[in-house]
Amino acid sequence: MVKFLALAAAAAMLLAGGSAARAATARVGALSISAPWIRPTPPGAPTAAGYLNIANAGTTADRLVGATTPAAASVEVHEMSMTGGIMKMRPVPGGLAIPPGGKVALAPGSYHLMLIGPKHRLVAGQSVMMTLIFQHAGKLDVRFPVANGADGKAGAAAGTMTMGAMPAMGTKPARAAKP
Amino acid sequence: MIAGAVGAAALIGVGEYTMITRNEMPTPVTGGVGGAFSLTRDNGAPFTERDLLGKPAMIYFGYTFCPEVCPTTLTHMSAWLRALGPAAADLQTVFVTIDPERDTAAKLKEYLSGFDPRIIGLTGTPAQIATIARDYKVYYKKVPLPGGSYTMDHSSFVYLMDAKGRLAALIEYGEKDSKAMAALHKLLRGKA
Ligand SMILES: [Cu+2]
Repeated sequence: MVKFLALAAAAAMLLAGGSAARAATARVGALSISAPWIRPTPPGAPTAAGYLNIANAGTTADRLVGATTPAAASVEVHEMSMTGGIMKMRPVPGGLAIPPGGKVALAPGSYHLMLIGPKHRLVAGQSVMMTLIFQHAGKLDVRFPVANGADGKAGAAAGTMTMGAMPAMGTKPARAAKP
Repeated sequence: MIAGAVGAAALIGVGEYTMITRNEMPTPVTGGVGGAFSLTRDNGAPFTERDLLGKPAMIYFGYTFCPEVCPTTLTHMSAWLRALGPAAADLQTVFVTIDPERDTAAKLKEYLSGFDPRIIGLTGTPAQIATIARDYKVYYKKVPLPGGSYTMDHSSFVYLMDAKGRLAALIEYGEKDSKAMAALHKLLRGKA
């Protein structure tokens, strides 16, 4: 009986907190995900980049080890760097650590989810479902809007934007809107 | 020191190194950027340095597998071209792949259809790409990844060349649009 109640409570918590990915924040275990977005792709682009913030409210470390999506052949956790004007990009071996009580940003100029072999062109205004895989917390389905900026606003497709709506270049998260 | 190497050119967004060689160690520019090359256009036609001479040029070296820096730069270059208005008619804009194994002419054509139609895609044999990269002091390196794939490290500058094929300015990744536009206007006025 006691066991049953505990299970019921756990099920209720799951329903309330985490299983359904919401646009604003999605949770699994002690982890919360916010501001997911994917950069629009040029036609025939063989890759795409996804970004998000991960916060760990727990007392133990976790790890983003990968992801899957029906929209691409595979997904890897990558890190980009820019040193002396040279761009480098590498897979993050073993996945990305999320320290207890800490936050990790996957953002332009840094970590990203690398979608390899997108099944179709990703255009602003669409969204892509991804299943994030954490070492301890398990799996979490998150909807990634395809957008030009970290604020999730849908902008125009690459190459057809106006000057004022260009994504910012460089290491800061891109912003879609400038008046 | 770097500005001196290319005369009184407008070097904008100059970091510690504005350009680097293909060697492992970054080296400051000592001038002599550019030269003869023989490549293939995205429509399959031959394209050489003679096709660039006579008009100023904006040149970017990248690859289509790049998920962030290259599409962002091409998006900015497209917007700069649009912002130039009729003055853009005097400018030739070129995207040179540093990943010729994967970026065929057809692939470049499809990819660049998402950007300003004035951007010309160029590819070639690995030896032809090595030649233009060496002469333009572009760093690029093929890095094998677990699983048999590979990634390309590459320098990320936009080159502004004058009508005689001399380096006029470099635009660094992340440069403000206002500074990039100022450099382009200067180039097109023939004062770069
Ligand atoms: Cu990547």
